[in-house]
Amino acid sequence: MDIIEVKEIYKTYDKDSVPVHALNGISITFKEGEFAAIVGPSGSGKTTLLNIIGGLDEPTRGVVMINGVNITALSSRKKTQFRLENIGFVFQAYNLIPVMTAKENVEFIMFLQGKDKKEREKRTSELLEAVGLSERINSRPNKLSGGQQQRVAVARSLASKPKFVLADEPTANLDSKSTENLLEIMEQLNQKENTTFIFSTHDARVVNKARRVITIEDGRIISDITNR
Amino acid sequence: MVDYLKLAWRNIWRNKRRTLITIASIFFGVLLSSFMSSMQEGSYAQYITTIVNSYSGHLQIHKRGYWDDKVINNSMKFDGTLTSKIAKVKDITFYTPRLESYALASTDEFTKGVMVMGIDPETENDLTSISIKIKEGRYLEDHDGGVLLGSALAKFLKLSVNDTLVLLGQGYHGTSAAGKYTVKGIVKQPAPELDRLLVYMDIHTAQDLFSMQGMVTSVVIMVNDNDKVAPVKDKLEGLTGSEEEVMDWKEMNSLLLKQIESDRSSGNIMKGVLYMIITFGILSTIMMMMAERKKEFGVLIAVGMKKYKLIIMLVLEIVFIGMAGVITGIMGSIPLIYYYLHNPIPLTGQAGEMMLQMGFEPAMFFSMAPSIFYYQALIIFVFTILIGLYPVYNISRLKIMSAIRN
Ligand SMILES: Nc1ncnc2c1ncn2[C@@H]1O[C@H](COP(=O)(O)OP(=O)(O)O)[C@@H](O)[C@H]1O
Ligand SMILES: [Mg+2]
Repeated sequence: MDIIEVKEIYKTYDKDSVPVHALNGISITFKEGEFAAIVGPSGSGKTTLLNIIGGLDEPTRGVVMINGVNITALSSRKKTQFRLENIGFVFQAYNLIPVMTAKENVEFIMFLQGKDKKEREKRTSELLEAVGLSERINSRPNKLSGGQQQRVAVARSLASKPKFVLADEPTANLDSKSTENLLEIMEQLNQKENTTFIFSTHDARVVNKARRVITIEDGRIISDITNR
Repeated sequence: MVDYLKLAWRNIWRNKRRTLITIASIFFGVLLSSFMSSMQEGSYAQYITTIVNSYSGHLQIHKRGYWDDKVINNSMKFDGTLTSKIAKVKDITFYTPRLESYALASTDEFTKGVMVMGIDPETENDLTSISIKIKEGRYLEDHDGGVLLGSALAKFLKLSVNDTLVLLGQGYHGTSAAGKYTVKGIVKQPAPELDRLLVYMDIHTAQDLFSMQGMVTSVVIMVNDNDKVAPVKDKLEGLTGSEEEVMDWKEMNSLLLKQIESDRSSGNIMKGVLYMIITFGILSTIMMMMAERKKEFGVLIAVGMKKYKLIIMLVLEIVFIGMAGVITGIMGSIPLIYYYLHNPIPLTGQAGEMMLQMGFEPAMFFSMAPSIFYYQALIIFVFTILIGLYPVYNISRLKIMSAIRN
């Protein structure tokens, strides 16, 4: 079943009154359980596409359907709630909340969802264990390495039991060992819990792990290959 | 788990120095402003007490029209009818009748216009404590035939105790008034005006002088508590007829109250300016803090935090800073004001001289009325709410993507 349906998306930015065509008619669908990489050179439109799928940005034209809901038509308040319930985010710069510990960063998402304390704590420790950080649950982000922070971010993205996780260049700031480690964790979560991951990258090693590779250039899909 | 309160608390300490400076600015603002208010309110209370206790009392009954036209013909009967009415009202601690008029005082050498005040020696002394101001001779007895003179008046007339004074004037309804009196005592009046003018005598003696037996110009009434003035006034008004007027100390001292009111407003303007400066200080801290955290706000909204929740968190942060400043400020002011409450600042030089001339004790008095403190809290609260509008404005306009890219 398609959980994401992107139909004829265009995005034109207005940069100092000069139009920048970031996306030029992108149509694509994603199924539950995918582990897909969006690749392409810098400036090709990866981030723009992920942001539009995630409801963080609005397309100039076109529609994004998630589980049959046209999110492009939602009010910004409803979109926020929709993201909270359905989408996990991992950012290139980790973007954890500095005043919260690893545990609190993960738990906070469920707090926003209004989940009860018992459920929150149970899932938080499960997730932090899954990303191999059981020992560091009470550390604040500044006491963690980049790789560890990104693992917390992955745990956070899964806290709400989202339909899918969007990760924009999640390994771009990591060394090769941390990159490998993070990908392993993501793969495991994908296989064990059937979590859908869509990530962008321009790192060949990361691309190799993906089961589906979508290549875009100048805001157009130039290839969409599913291996394995 | 972190709730918004905990989160807000942690957030304000992300930049300790900046937060401490902001809190310190509120602390000093509250300290200065409560010190100022305490000094103002203390002085006002001092003025009012002095005036009430040295002259007007809490309430007075007169013949209707006397207060506006203080002539002897505007007087009333002071007899069992009136006293029994007064006796019916509870909360009255005591009352004292007066007969006030003017006369010419003369000795062999000099003549001078004076104020004659016929008093009931015992009850008048309960109110205005004349007896302790006697510096020569003795205080009046009941039905005393003698008089007391202000010390400046005595000096002017070159009179001392046991000398004789002649009073000449107009009595009730055009009769002529004249009498010879022995000086029984010299009174040092703190107010120079009175010291130069006042002649006290027993009220019966005064009634004889002005040929108005049983008549008085006013009855001064004291009640047991300031709050009782209004209800007692209402009762008295109900009991007395349209022939009489009942006035409270506020009506009788309206000039002083007006001065106090205008002094209070100029104080409020000063405090207002002070608080404006503090508010802009807090506002700039909040603006800096929010600019630094813009990206974080973008992330929070991206992962599903609704804007209004984010605004609540930020307003809590402002409230915490404001509260920390107010609480420490009030905690600092209490001992300071408490000290000065018990150790008024003595005034010397010209200022002290002026106070003395107006009949006030030459010192800065302080007040510890609770309103002084909760007023501060209220002001800071209002300003906090105003500053809280900034996050409302800022966050509601925030664009997720430009914030995250920040
Ligand atoms: N906010 C923006 N304003 C103007 N142009 C933008 C903005 N964001 C992205 N772009 C432009 O859109 C194009 C695609 O950018 P992006 O989606 O970030 O690509 P990628 O993530 O593949 O590097 C680029 O040409 C970029 O300069
Ligand atoms: Mg990008």
